[in-house]
Amino acid sequence: MASHFFLMVLFSCFVSVVFAVLMRDKPEDQIRFGAMLIAAFVLVGVTLGWLMYPFPL
Amino acid sequence: MTKYSRRSRAQAPAASNVESSTTLICLVAWAVPGAGHLWQGRVRQGLVFIVTLPLMFATGLWLEGRIFLFDASEPLVALAAVANFGIGLLYVLGRVIDLGSGNAVAATYEYGNSFLIVAGLLNALVVVDAYDVSLGRK
Repeated sequence: MASHFFLMVLFSCFVSVVFAVLMRDKPEDQIRFGAMLIAAFVLVGVTLGWLMYPFPL
Repeated sequence: MTKYSRRSRAQAPAASNVESSTTLICLVAWAVPGAGHLWQGRVRQGLVFIVTLPLMFATGLWLEGRIFLFDASEPLVALAAVANFGIGLLYVLGRVIDLGSGNAVAATYEYGNSFLIVAGLLNALVVVDAYDVSLGRK
């Protein structure tokens, strides 16, 4: 339930919903912008995770 | 010139009323996330904020995050406290009933802190948006 990936997706959902409602006026624009933000969050998160993989802590 | 002075005097109380109502809207928007938008008739936006932001804050508490107290001797803690404070009355409520004591050894502690801090910062953005709406900029 509290996996890294799940929490990242949950976090990106919360932030994307608020940003979409703040930055777009029409519901269809809000849904499109929110979905794009969630996808961008997850994609960038996973990409950065893989890029950091070779580095030791 | 006389006409201008008369108009200025007539407009002064109206401007003062707008200022006080804007201040009140900002205070309400800070205290209860989304209430500023609900007050100004933006029901759909207000409902989204009133559900999303407290839910995000509650998730942070569920993940055993900490509600930071102001501590000037530790600048990062003070900044986190300012960000936490942005969520409004939930911050006060969380402190009063001792919900956000945090569990630093929990695996999800830092995640919880991130959820709590970002919920406060997002509510600060919502307050700024409510301010813009009250001035007719949006």
